[in-house]
Amino acid sequence: MITYAFRRLGHALLVLWATFTATFFLLYVLPGDAALSKAGVGGDGATLSPAELARVRADLGLDQPVVGQYATALLHALRGDFGTSTQTGAPALSMYVEAVPETLKLAGAALLLGLVAGTGWALLAAWTRWRLLRQALLALPAVGVSIPTFWIGLLLIQVVSFRWQLLPAIGNDGVRSLVLPALVLAVPTAAMSAQILSRSLEATLHAPYVETARARGASRSRVLLRHALRNSVLPVVTALGMTAGHLVGGSVIMETVFSRSGVGAITVRAVNVQDTPVVLVAVVFAAVVFVGVNLLVDLLYPVIDPRIQLRTARRTGLLRAGVAT
Amino acid sequence: MPVTHLLNPETRPEGRPMTPAVPQDEAPDLLTIEDLTVEYLVGGRRVRAVEQADLSVSSGEIVALVGESGSGKSSIAHAVLGALPAAGRIVGGRIGFDGLDLARLSERRFNQVRGRSLGFIPQDPMSSLNPLHRIGTQVTESIRIHRSASRAEAARQAVELLDRVGLPEPAARARQFPHELSGGMRQRALIAAALAGAPRLLVADEPTTALDVTVQKVILDDLSALARSGGIAVLVITHDLAVAADRADRIVVLRHGRIVESGTPDAVLGAPCHPYTRMLLASAPSLAAGRRRRSRPAGRSTPGATVTEPGGHRAPVAPTSGRDLVRVDGVTKEFRVPHTDRNQGWFRAVDDVSLTIGRGETLGLVGESGSGKSTLARLILRLTPPTAGRIAYDGTDIADVDRRGLRGLRARAQLVYQNPYGSLNPRLTVRQIVAEPLVGFGIGDRSARGRRVRELLDQVGLPGDLAERRPAELSGGQRQRVAIARALAPSPELLVCDEPVSALDVSIQAQILDLLADLQVELGLSLLFVSHDLAVIRQVADRVGVMRAGRLVEIGPADQVFHRPGHGYTRTLLAAIPGQGFGTRATGRAA
Repeated sequence: MITYAFRRLGHALLVLWATFTATFFLLYVLPGDAALSKAGVGGDGATLSPAELARVRADLGLDQPVVGQYATALLHALRGDFGTSTQTGAPALSMYVEAVPETLKLAGAALLLGLVAGTGWALLAAWTRWRLLRQALLALPAVGVSIPTFWIGLLLIQVVSFRWQLLPAIGNDGVRSLVLPALVLAVPTAAMSAQILSRSLEATLHAPYVETARARGASRSRVLLRHALRNSVLPVVTALGMTAGHLVGGSVIMETVFSRSGVGAITVRAVNVQDTPVVLVAVVFAAVVFVGVNLLVDLLYPVIDPRIQLRTARRTGLLRAGVAT
Repeated sequence: MPVTHLLNPETRPEGRPMTPAVPQDEAPDLLTIEDLTVEYLVGGRRVRAVEQADLSVSSGEIVALVGESGSGKSSIAHAVLGALPAAGRIVGGRIGFDGLDLARLSERRFNQVRGRSLGFIPQDPMSSLNPLHRIGTQVTESIRIHRSASRAEAARQAVELLDRVGLPEPAARARQFPHELSGGMRQRALIAAALAGAPRLLVADEPTTALDVTVQKVILDDLSALARSGGIAVLVITHDLAVAADRADRIVVLRHGRIVESGTPDAVLGAPCHPYTRMLLASAPSLAAGRRRRSRPAGRSTPGATVTEPGGHRAPVAPTSGRDLVRVDGVTKEFRVPHTDRNQGWFRAVDDVSLTIGRGETLGLVGESGSGKSTLARLILRLTPPTAGRIAYDGTDIADVDRRGLRGLRARAQLVYQNPYGSLNPRLTVRQIVAEPLVGFGIGDRSARGRRVRELLDQVGLPGDLAERRPAELSGGQRQRVAIARALAPSPELLVCDEPVSALDVSIQAQILDLLADLQVELGLSLLFVSHDLAVIRQVADRVGVMRAGRLVEIGPADQVFHRPGHGYTRTLLAAIPGQGFGTRATGRAA
């Protein structure tokens, strides 16, 4: 178990390093550079003399050979130094990290909301005996997955904020401003987990152990909650890893649509002005979230299913028990 | 446990010729099924699965419901449990139990009966326990549901129940998860779970089909004891007439949803009146006498084939070329076992095994699950390399052959798999499936292949018009015939059959075994026949090898192994074959 965790951690670090490297070189080969955009020029560099431009480049270390730049950047990044923003001059990392809590609030709320709604939805579909309702409940998540979130966001702003004036349309103050964006961001998560869980429940409800539980007089709800749900939840947990990616990407859209501050807003601005250090931080941060969530998911499997923890031990365990009988 | 309910006096169906006399003791029947008709909605059509079935079980009695797949035996069991699939419906009759009519019970009321006075033992212990709950929790689930017992009380009871069904170290077992227990132990846990509610009727759906014979015997002993000492009525659903013969007080034979015969084992098996029962009896491997050998004129048989003696029996080994086809010398196969807390390293699946397979001979390899018999078969086919030892095929060491030689070897030694439902590609037609080895080995041109496929289908007794069908349109027996035809396509000398009939109904089993016997005589094939079922092995093998935990504990001529076994384990296996007394009686075999 502990070796398993360590091995997974090793994989995680490898992925982070690869992300950093890929992003670094990708940004390097992009046309134009930070010196140009910092100098406030468009494409031609006419307002700055070549000498001045060279000085700015030297300031930013852009005159070094690329491998040297990369080595320096990597060493600094390991110490938590991703350089300073070419726009504001503030340290890129702290600038970014300061914005994290707001985004975390949004993504966390959306994740929670999405999982609860999705699970409830799938359970209701499995529980109801009314065929029409079941079919409706099974069909709707496909729609939820397909609709673009910004469209739902704009619609809700129109109706809830402008017409009914119930909730604020924009801004970052308090829980009230969080409701709409979190709700919208939760829709794809909810729809996807409802779809996966429904499919999985359907299979599980036909498993022999479920039939055996019914033969013990277990009621529908007991069968569903005690026997079927936990056995069906693994695919949803797997999808959770993917969901983390969606949420990071989705937050960027939501923060734009609802004019919220957060890492989304910072990322968008950094990309627009080619603020390389900040973009690098943004990508690495997204990778950290992704890798972290997936690591968590991997470690969660054995908690949910005792057979996974013993995946390697199972065969021998069975054999030993078989010999004992 | 006093019987307090009242049953209608007219519950016994009178004047039905097939219904036996009222059981010896005058105990009123606990379960009375009358005129039960069950229908399924299949593709908009209503299909009768059970037709006007009458059946009764009284306390302390074991009634066996016997039939092949599709006979409706499971539908009756599910109807009694109120667990028919969504497409199934009881359209007529009643199921009297404990003063209730189970055919007309709401789900809510049913849930008060199930797990309390009505217990259920499922078919497959491997998948019938929730993998995420501890054994103890599942054993006492019905107590928690019906008596709202506290957690501590339930935990105490779980240990008691597991002890009662004879599980060693019940307290430790109760805390384990299903995957940590063997099949036999799981089935005992399931029996304990069924007993938790102190049931008066147990419905057991093929309770031992998935288990090894020695384990089967123990489980059946448990069930018998429960009925005898506990006064519990037991309704056993089984495809195995031999199991029914050994254990039941009464046997009910079902075919196509109708009860064709019922009575005491002596009556049903000793003097079966229905032709279907006679057919079942004749095909039941463990009830049938010795070797299955139909003498077909051996005109086409190649040199090297065995000599068929008059009277259908043949000499155990009659190799004509003097050299054995396969020679296995001190072969060991070890698998790397991922390290666990204690046991690190290698698992020895096959342990220093030596044997030979003569030309035209059938070697039966028998053993329980995990004995290494399948691994040995794979080693002989060089599907996996041995860790130590040497395997010679027709004099050449198969470890030495190069890529090209291996292809030649593959054509000469073919494999028939266990599960005809999984071994045929569902997207291909029968013709494509049978022709595949011909294409693979580059045998013949297009038209020659077409002729060969027709010839092969004819050889395995399949009509030619099946050639354009796909596996899904075939029955299990037909599929296995296709698999055999495919194996025969490159004209092999050796056919390795890994449990070729264990997924089939007994009457189909008999047909496939006959087919293999015929083909062997006709083509002079050598057969390596791997099976867990001694009774099947007895019908086909010239010589028998018995494997246990990777070792070949005994090998010898079939007669010797079956009648004068040298090893204690062989004797245990033989003693565990169900239906032995009846086998002798029914067929008058002087063994």
